[in-house]
Amino acid sequence: MTDAVVRIPDADPHSGSPVAIPRPDFEVVPRAGIPIAASIFAALVVAIIANKLWPLVFLHVVFGAAWTILDLFLGFVLGPIMRRLSVPARIELTTRLMPRLLLIMPTVVTVTLAAGWQLGTLMGTVNSSYFLHDWVVASYIVVGCLALIALGLIAPANVAVLMELKKPRPNPAVIQTLMKRFMFSAGFTGALQVAILVIMTRIRSG
Amino acid sequence: MSERALPPVTQLGITSLALIVAGGIYLAAYLPRQVPLLPAEMLLAASVLLLAVNLLALSRVKTFAWTCFFEVAKWALLAYVVLAGLIEFALVRDGLSGGTLVILTLSIAVYAVHVPILIAFTVARYQ
Repeated sequence: MTDAVVRIPDADPHSGSPVAIPRPDFEVVPRAGIPIAASIFAALVVAIIANKLWPLVFLHVVFGAAWTILDLFLGFVLGPIMRRLSVPARIELTTRLMPRLLLIMPTVVTVTLAAGWQLGTLMGTVNSSYFLHDWVVASYIVVGCLALIALGLIAPANVAVLMELKKPRPNPAVIQTLMKRFMFSAGFTGALQVAILVIMTRIRSG
Repeated sequence: MSERALPPVTQLGITSLALIVAGGIYLAAYLPRQVPLLPAEMLLAASVLLLAVNLLALSRVKTFAWTCFFEVAKWALLAYVVLAGLIEFALVRDGLSGGTLVILTLSIAVYAVHVPILIAFTVARYQ
């Protein structure tokens, strides 16, 4: 395992030369996490085949809560903190956090949605005759927006930042641009997650 | 950071995904009733058209990190095909059939192809 450096051209304006910042080596996709993700997907398939209430509720609630908390935490807690961190600290945090998110987020989202749909079918809440159907459709719309932001903006920015940091001489301007996109999108998804909390608690209370 | 003139792949990709999401919401909102499939078909057709336009526009770019693009795209495609397979499994398991299943299957296929393109493009454009 070798460490690389990120050169920050304007980090030290008096020196006239780029400042090298050590960057720890990392895996873009942490291989150790793949069996865990595969096991979770296997559990999802089993729960869908069994079509029993408890496993579906468990998967939907646990992974849905994880999705909401992660989005709120990244958007409203970690995002503002990261913006105030020094460049070396930000790079260190990015190389340790982003690879994990690359596995965690698609897993959490897929399990929440697939288990949720199956649960809705089992309980009849996805039927148009359900008395809170308007709220259910509202949840589809919010989740659709969340998925668009996650798939179209966050996931590509996440992978691109990691690929840039993997280079022998990463470009700090590229990292900064992509991280801004990542953090702005995370903030917006955090706001949408508040809407999901409102909708889901309304549906649950009947 | 050099900015090259590249086609609006991300914008077209997100619009294409938004169209299939809208089609999916339209179909899901009326379940289990049968609804006219035409609106969902039109949304899917527009989404497929945008995917084709995106691929065409991308193929015409002369200076581009194609090696990096395909390296990222193949792994992203593998991951999203697995995810798409899980979604498709849930739909089939729920007993969906006929035109609704065909539209949703094609929509999932667009998703499984377009998202890896967006990821690979975002990575390759900065090489």
